[in-house]
Amino acid sequence: MRTQSPEPGESAVAPADDVATPRAQRTPEKSGRPAGGPSLASRFTPYLLLLPAVAATVALLGWPLLKTVLLSFQNLNKRQLIQHLTEWNGLDNYTEQLTDSEFWTITLRTVVFTAVNVALIMVLGSLIGLLLDRLGRWMRLALSVSLLLAWAMPVVAATTVYTWLFDQHYGVVNWFLDKLGWHSMADFSWTSGEYSTFFVIILLIVWQSIPFVAFNVYAGLTTIPRELYEAARMDGAGSFRIFGSVIFPIMKPFFLATTFLEVIWVFKAFTQVYLINKGGPDGLTRTLPVHAFLEGFGAQRFGVGSAIAVLTILMLGALMAYYFRIILKQEDEL
Amino acid sequence: MRRSLIGRTWPNAIAAVLFVFFLFPVYWMVATSFKRDKDIVSRDPVFLPLDGTWAHFDRAVHVPHFWTYVTNSLVVTAGAVLGSLVIATLAAFAVARMRFRGRRGFVLVVMAAQMAPWEVMIIAAYLIVRDNDLLNSLVPLTAFYLMMVLPFTIWTLRGFIAAVPKELEESAMVDGCTRTQAFAKVIFPLLAPGLMSTSLFGFITAWNEFPLVNILSKKESAQTLPLWLSSFQTNAGTDWGATMAASTLFALPILILFVFLQRKAVGGLTDGAVKG
Repeated sequence: MRTQSPEPGESAVAPADDVATPRAQRTPEKSGRPAGGPSLASRFTPYLLLLPAVAATVALLGWPLLKTVLLSFQNLNKRQLIQHLTEWNGLDNYTEQLTDSEFWTITLRTVVFTAVNVALIMVLGSLIGLLLDRLGRWMRLALSVSLLLAWAMPVVAATTVYTWLFDQHYGVVNWFLDKLGWHSMADFSWTSGEYSTFFVIILLIVWQSIPFVAFNVYAGLTTIPRELYEAARMDGAGSFRIFGSVIFPIMKPFFLATTFLEVIWVFKAFTQVYLINKGGPDGLTRTLPVHAFLEGFGAQRFGVGSAIAVLTILMLGALMAYYFRIILKQEDEL
Repeated sequence: MRRSLIGRTWPNAIAAVLFVFFLFPVYWMVATSFKRDKDIVSRDPVFLPLDGTWAHFDRAVHVPHFWTYVTNSLVVTAGAVLGSLVIATLAAFAVARMRFRGRRGFVLVVMAAQMAPWEVMIIAAYLIVRDNDLLNSLVPLTAFYLMMVLPFTIWTLRGFIAAVPKELEESAMVDGCTRTQAFAKVIFPLLAPGLMSTSLFGFITAWNEFPLVNILSKKESAQTLPLWLSSFQTNAGTDWGATMAASTLFALPILILFVFLQRKAVGGLTDGAVKG
């Protein structure tokens, strides 16, 4: 079963490959340019074509972003919100957060949460991708379909299903653990503890994220010539050696780009964390996006929530800058 | 190359376990939605609901305002997808085919916007919408969803346009077409797979979006299907049969689209390096 689009030039190592294309584009453009200076009208055409996109981005993305920053410097609670008051309070929200040990606990928790998820997603996803490559036709088809279904499940529906699977009294997971002989799990409340809640959230995120990585690894493998493996095997290389010396170097751009994308996606994960247990019990599963939301809307401290949001955006921005740098560097190397 | 019997068996054994692991939650959702209440609330789960019932589906679609949720979801989704397709096609054409100052900057902004942290900008979005008296309206939802899918749409269409040989367009122009006509007659028909994969992605995003609609729409008249899913949780407990029936109905369009379009669409999704 093919999972990749057969479009020409769009290979499996898509993320890295894709961002490298602007470079490839330059050539046809140069040759396609009419001789002589472009007319005034045609010089403005590209800007005219971009205008709607730029306008939408400024109004719908730039404005909320700017507003978040402005709000973070305000004392905006329920009273100010209802009376439409604007009370600036300088850096108060930031000093409050940055000197609050809870903020740092949550930051550390978010980082660990992200690292665990991404490590599991990348390692298991790659292994399943390798497995897909080794399977026979029918088993591969079956596994692909199940991966596809997990991937295509809408996040809200998947989260709802997981709360049902892990329901305290009638959840099938508790029944199964009980049957396995782990009788204390028969009425176990998964959402009553920090680690057990995180277990459910991580399982959910990993379950939904693995297919993306697995399909891409598998598709990437199909582009590697078989002769390379055979040659490596002739030289006496085992499976690990083949992965390390043949597969990984070829697919390194893909692994790097995907790891960063997963880091960014997991770091911002909101719906799963919030819907499983609303950041509970006792706020022990709050991650930064959930914290910003609960401080903002839950505690009705909108200024404080915005400051947490800005700090989160800054961290994401740093990650993205690093990611872009790697992408650009790769482009230079190609 | 010969492998031992064990060497041939273990990949299949692992694959079988993984098959169950990935499929089971989806199966359990569908199975629960057909079970009778006594089989749902039972100490021993029923794995095959042989005496199935449609009662939960009946209850799920007869929730007050159900058709409002459906209509709203469809309106918001269609609006966001179509709007972003139009805006993105223009921009993608400029980026793929023209050379101008600031193009690299624009491309970088598109890449950054693709990863925009919407999850933490809800407070600002809420205040902007409130200050413009647009709470409980579909307009801001459509606009924000349009923005969520726009960068990806530009990105994907740019790739598809760049893949069309420039000579095709040029020969159309030699034959007397204007640049716009050349675009409409040559490039646009070739964009169909691209438009399809971006539409699917946009559909999933808007269909799925929860945090924003949860805050911006407190009235049922402007709520969408993700909120309908939570309407079966009452103080008396959760009506799991109806919840699973609702989840099944909610997921069905996307599951079907994915399975049928996966050849074309999934490649497009991964190409854009964004997931739904």
